[in-house]
Amino acid sequence: MTARAERLRSLGVVRSGWLVRITVLLIVAVWTIPSLGLLVNSFRSSVDSSSTGWWTSLLSPISTQWTLDNYNRVLTSGGLFDAFINSLIVTIPATIIPITLAAFAAFGFAWLKFRGRSLMFGVLVGLIVVPLQLSLVPLLKIYQSTELTGSFLGIWLAHTGFGLPLAVFLLYNFISQLPQDIFESAYIDGATPFTAFTRLVLPLSVPALASFAIFQFLWVWNDFLVALVFLGTSSDVAVLTIELASIVGSRGEAFHLLTAAAFVSMLIPLIVFLSLQRFFVRGLLAGSVKG
Amino acid sequence: MTEAVQRLNPAPSGPRILRALLLVGVVVAALWVGLRVLRDPNVFSALGPTLSKLGQALVAIVLGVGGIWGLFYAGNVIIESLPGRAAGILRPYLFVIPAVAVVGLYLIYPTVGTVVESFTDVPEGDGPLTNYGQAFTNRDVLIALRNNAIWLLIAPAASVVIGLVFAALADRVRHEATAKSFVFMPLAVSFVGASVIWRFMYAWKPPGQPQIGVLNALWVGAGGVLVNLGLLEEVEPVAWLQHIPWNTLALIAIMVWLQVGFAMVILSAAIKGVPTELTEAARIDGASELQAFFRITVPSIRGSILTVYTTISIAVLKVFDIIFVTTGGNLDTSVVAVRMYQEMFRFRNFGQATTMAVILLIAVLPIMIVNIRNLRRQGVGA
Repeated sequence: MTARAERLRSLGVVRSGWLVRITVLLIVAVWTIPSLGLLVNSFRSSVDSSSTGWWTSLLSPISTQWTLDNYNRVLTSGGLFDAFINSLIVTIPATIIPITLAAFAAFGFAWLKFRGRSLMFGVLVGLIVVPLQLSLVPLLKIYQSTELTGSFLGIWLAHTGFGLPLAVFLLYNFISQLPQDIFESAYIDGATPFTAFTRLVLPLSVPALASFAIFQFLWVWNDFLVALVFLGTSSDVAVLTIELASIVGSRGEAFHLLTAAAFVSMLIPLIVFLSLQRFFVRGLLAGSVKG
Repeated sequence: MTEAVQRLNPAPSGPRILRALLLVGVVVAALWVGLRVLRDPNVFSALGPTLSKLGQALVAIVLGVGGIWGLFYAGNVIIESLPGRAAGILRPYLFVIPAVAVVGLYLIYPTVGTVVESFTDVPEGDGPLTNYGQAFTNRDVLIALRNNAIWLLIAPAASVVIGLVFAALADRVRHEATAKSFVFMPLAVSFVGASVIWRFMYAWKPPGQPQIGVLNALWVGAGGVLVNLGLLEEVEPVAWLQHIPWNTLALIAIMVWLQVGFAMVILSAAIKGVPTELTEAARIDGASELQAFFRITVPSIRGSILTVYTTISIAVLKVFDIIFVTTGGNLDTSVVAVRMYQEMFRFRNFGQATTMAVILLIAVLPIMIVNIRNLRRQGVGA
């Protein structure tokens, strides 16, 4: 029991009765059962999967024929392995590039004086909630005339552009709160702003950088629309979400394969999420303004 | 001190600038060669398919990450090689211009372009409002607009209410953190992944066969009990995603399932921030627990509720993946974003596509204004 709940209870304020507990349990069940079904079904044979509910296997786990076949099939004969690597190729630079640009910019806006500062910052942050649909048609035209469509560089830059406003906002909030003295002493010691930034600001900003990195990583890894428009569906570049959607299109009723493929696509986000939940929550709390 | 000053204002010299330019040249050339290599998927083909793919990944990651740092480093070397005054003026721009330029290219220019195109990309001789006239008389567009309205009405409110109730109740049970992380977990799942999860939940088998979807199993099971009791004639499994108009609700449920965790996290933090003294005082004055919750707790966290509500509203207005993957926008489930995609790629009608985008912008505008006011109140925006 949390300290707070304990305190409330000792005051006689809370009667944590069965109704409360059942409601909590019910919500947890509704929020867990769909994913549980996916996971269980991905280890069942195609016959079982199409003829009985996944819960029957869970109720008789000994007599069920559990199998890794579905994973084997989607990873080897499907394009899912390549899509997995493509997702990594897209996501890692599309996380690092905007963070780098945003950290430089946040430092500039917070600690350097120049003309047009508040105008530029205001416009940048105001763009946080503009739907990216507004960008699609003109960008697609530019991309088609410069052959950026279907290239990794093209999608890195696209994700960078769409992620930057929130990144600058989050990092500005953090970097502008750093104590001024550290910069003064660094400058007296002859540091340029560049070295002050790389040697002082970046190391001190690790918590904020991590929060945004997780945010952006999950957003890019899970993105479908940007990849569909700018990267496309050809197998040498298609990312996991695209591949998964195409399996839905071609094998929509083959739930043994679909569930395995979906789980492959969720593996990395779930690991990132569960291991770095603390940073993620902090980022959510700081950045709950994005659309 | 003199030494420090000298280091702050290094004397400009010819070779320094040359060295700096050389460095820039090397970085740009390396980037150019690297990107060429990346465009050709056969570069590593000698290594076999798996290794070649991994090699490509390695090149891409080194290139993307190293490239951005190389460019900043080279830019700094150039600026520091300039005479003191020029360096002082230009230095701040090295930090902010790359971000501003990328945002200008990817958000500002295209947004303006989209608005302009929605008025100008019309058949010759037609007026500037042609696209809008067409949109608002097209049955499919009107259905998409209606659906967006239904989504907007239900999804944010449902997410906030469930998130708030759960945050408030979880606060008073054992294993709060565990319970919360179960509800929170869908936040890590993509819209496409969630669509697959729920397609499976909604799966339909003909009557008489065992149902493999949880919802139909419950439906047929519960219905069967009623039939046995003589309360119901018969029960048929429901094709949740095909049944107009309930299919839209079935899709909204997916969104709510994804967003409640977000609402819960923010609202839970807000509830814990409400001083216990306030609710205690109300309780001592004889307020019931529900009264204390609705009269003290909820008003105290109004700001957070508004933030969550507006954030989810924006996400809901832009919703695309869920519908595109499950129904493809058929069976009266389309929304503006799906319609826009179809105009772009199926009908190649950029005029209509940009018009759809502008409709989205207009819908988001009031929310934007609320958000900007919120930011101002927090003292952000210089």
